[in-house]
Amino acid sequence: MNLLTAGLPSTAIPLFAGLLDAPVGVAHYLVVGAILFTSGVVCMALKRNALGVLMGIELVLNGANVNFVAFSSPYLRGEGSASLGLDGQLIALFVILLAAAEAAVALAITLNFYNNHATVDIDQADDLKG
Amino acid sequence: MDLASQLPMLLGLAWLAPLVSFVAILFFGPRMGHHGKNAAWVATAAIVTSLGLSLAAFGIWLTAHPVTAVSHDSHGAAVDGHAADSHDANEHESHGNEANADHGDHADHSGQHAAVVPAAYSGDWYTLYQGGSLRLSIGWYIDALTVMMFVVVTFIATCIHVYASGYMHDELHDVTDHEVHLSDGGHLHRPGRFPRFFQALSLFCFSMLGILIAGNLAMVFIFWELVGICSWFLIGFYFERKSASTAANKAFIVNRVGDFGMLIGLMALWGALGTLHFADSPAAGAGGQTAPGLFSLVRPAESGHALQVPDGMVKFANASGVSQIALDNASRPGDGANEIASRIRDWRSEGYGRWLLFIAGVGIFCGCVGKSAQFPLFVWLPDAMEGPTPVSALVHSATMVAAGVYLVGRFYPVLTPDVLLVIAVIGGITLFIAATIALVANDIKRVLAYSTVSQLGYMMLALGVGGWSAGLFHLVTHAFFKSLLFLCSGSVIHACHTNDMRKMGGLARVMPWTAGTMLVGCLAIIGAGIPFVIGLSGYYSKDAILAQALSYSQANPSWSILFYAVAGGAFLTAFYMFRLWFMTFAGAPRDHHIADHAHESPNVMVVPLVALSVLAIVAGWTLPGGFGLANLLEQARPAGTAATMSDSFLFGNLTVPAEHLSHEGAIHVTATLTAFTTAAAGVLLAAMMYLWRIISPEMVASVFRPIYSFLANRWYFDELYNAIFVRPVFAVASLASGTDRGVIDRLIDGIAWSARQLAGFDAWIDRNLVDGLVNATATATWNAGLELKKLQTGRLRQYVMFIVIGTVALFVLASMLFRAALAG
Repeated sequence: MNLLTAGLPSTAIPLFAGLLDAPVGVAHYLVVGAILFTSGVVCMALKRNALGVLMGIELVLNGANVNFVAFSSPYLRGEGSASLGLDGQLIALFVILLAAAEAAVALAITLNFYNNHATVDIDQADDLKG
Repeated sequence: MDLASQLPMLLGLAWLAPLVSFVAILFFGPRMGHHGKNAAWVATAAIVTSLGLSLAAFGIWLTAHPVTAVSHDSHGAAVDGHAADSHDANEHESHGNEANADHGDHADHSGQHAAVVPAAYSGDWYTLYQGGSLRLSIGWYIDALTVMMFVVVTFIATCIHVYASGYMHDELHDVTDHEVHLSDGGHLHRPGRFPRFFQALSLFCFSMLGILIAGNLAMVFIFWELVGICSWFLIGFYFERKSASTAANKAFIVNRVGDFGMLIGLMALWGALGTLHFADSPAAGAGGQTAPGLFSLVRPAESGHALQVPDGMVKFANASGVSQIALDNASRPGDGANEIASRIRDWRSEGYGRWLLFIAGVGIFCGCVGKSAQFPLFVWLPDAMEGPTPVSALVHSATMVAAGVYLVGRFYPVLTPDVLLVIAVIGGITLFIAATIALVANDIKRVLAYSTVSQLGYMMLALGVGGWSAGLFHLVTHAFFKSLLFLCSGSVIHACHTNDMRKMGGLARVMPWTAGTMLVGCLAIIGAGIPFVIGLSGYYSKDAILAQALSYSQANPSWSILFYAVAGGAFLTAFYMFRLWFMTFAGAPRDHHIADHAHESPNVMVVPLVALSVLAIVAGWTLPGGFGLANLLEQARPAGTAATMSDSFLFGNLTVPAEHLSHEGAIHVTATLTAFTTAAAGVLLAAMMYLWRIISPEMVASVFRPIYSFLANRWYFDELYNAIFVRPVFAVASLASGTDRGVIDRLIDGIAWSARQLAGFDAWIDRNLVDGLVNATATATWNAGLELKKLQTGRLRQYVMFIVIGTVALFVLASMLFRAALAG
């Protein structure tokens, strides 16, 4: 039992047990991505400041990017593939691009919201509630 | 163009001109000048056009058929041209075995020389319906009578149009009718109706000319009804007045009674003979043959135009015999037809079809009784005087009421001696009753109205006793002097603003022209003249009637009362006409207020009076060389009616003497002297009572109180008809209305009530069950929506939590569900 596997159901232990011993592979990247993703979600759920929520979104997106890149690793690809093996990286670039655009729109919304309500507390932003 | 195509064209255009005026005024009347002032010009222009065309036709007629002095010999010319020559030989043969040939021969032989030119033209403009031998069409039948009547009617109508354009000037601005009392105590105030008057007058002229030109009885009937409706329009011109609208309805309804009889007559002819055309129609029958008209069916040329029951009526009356023969010869239809044809002569001598011919004649006469105001349907005419005076003059004295006499004259060849006797008796009764009522009437127009009824009785009687030309001669002369008298009375009423003769008197000084022309009219109607030398128009026509009545009563001694009716009527006529004239114009004014305000009428009214009075004087004259109305009429004499007719059927043995016999010495002298004596006695008596005041009228009235009140109440005819017809009709009507309200309405109300109850129950189910279900569904949906709404909190972080929890939950679920799979 190690730190990593503590608290997990006993059936899950074999899944993680080998990670610390094995050389760095895809699984490790996936773990990093998952940590990033979870941090982002927690950030989105807990922060009341709109900018904090946006940061959480960036974290989630980056967690996803790590996964894309990890899955495009040569270890996971079969031999003889005709592709360049850069699919994951390309999609990650695309996501970064989208994230930039999304951040611009989201910041614009936030700015407008601030103009109207003099605050960026998203708990105040319940005008569209049912 | 020959005569046969010129005459229909000229008279047809003369007939249609007033129709054009009617349509124009109907659509554009109110826009014709100020308050439609120019409508009078339009209508007058139309009728003047008609007069011009009629005169042109008259001129053409006279050129082709010169009027000669030997009048009654030319009757053979009335045969339709296409048959004129072919039957001459037959006439000679048939005369030998005719009972009445002794009088007819003389006339017939000389008639054959004149029979070269046809004296009647007939044809069809337009066929409305043709099925088998039945044919309805708009056509013409033109003979001397038609042409003459066209001239008379259009001339009088022209005079009256001119007169009316002056008389009706009150209608050119808003009118306050002082005879209509409104519920608020005021008088009716209404816009003037000047164009409307001339519109109706034009329609009337069109309809009247339509009757004159009609080539068949169906067309006569159409225009017969049209003049009826025009009369209704014109009597009811002041329709806001209760009396006027009642009089209009009375005239119309009473005429319907007569027209019902006319319809029966039409059906008898149509059903039995299959034609209503007067004259033969070439190439209209089966296989392009000549379709015989009524005249040649009833008076076939083969038998010298002697009256006989037509084959069609014999077969119709003996339908059982015909069908028996047809059944016996069912296998050989040709033989059956031949046998029927051969037995018709026997059947005819057995009397089959005589009733049918009698009913046809009496039926047609019934229509004439209504239109010409004969007993017992004369009650409408005096009331018709509610209309404006020009209408009384044109419609209700000179032309429309004469249409009945005209139709009897036109239909004359078909009438049997029995029908003629009915006509004569009705005419006699009418002339006597009307004349007695006129003796005591005080309303100037009513005196003239009863005088009209009485004179129409004269005409009918004349026709009935065989005086074909005497009756129609009197029709023409009467048209002139009676319209003159009415226009004079209109002039008097215009000046005095009252109809009551008791308030007049001494008007001759202020209205010399009216007084003079009315004197001419009175002298004409009583038949004044120097015996055997010269006289006014009435002198000739009345003498002819008296002579014919005398001739008839000599031939049928049991009916000599007809002659006494005529002679007595002449006396009464003279009395009441001069009573009217003396009361109105002579002596001292009875009411100074009226006399001071009276004035002579404007020229536009006086000129027609003078024109008509000239004609009232000269219309009866026969110029040297034989030109005159009486001789002109002889040209139109229906074929075969110049001969003496004998028959015995319903009323014993009747002899209708030939008319030319009445021109002979003894009869003529007696008749003329009787006429002169009775008329002079009447005038003398009137002068003694109303001019010289030797006999006091009041004293006479009080001595003969019962008779006086009987006459003053018009023989209680209105009361009688009220009791016999009007009240029972009202009783039946109220019974029917009671049944309607009490039974039928109750039933319907009950059904409606049940339907309403049922509908109420349905409505309850709909509201509570159906609507409840639908509403419950809607409410549930609404509430669900309200609940779900609460989920939408608008808190972003909460949403994220939901997403996370949901995702985790999905993973947990998936891992639990697929544990086995994951475990390997």
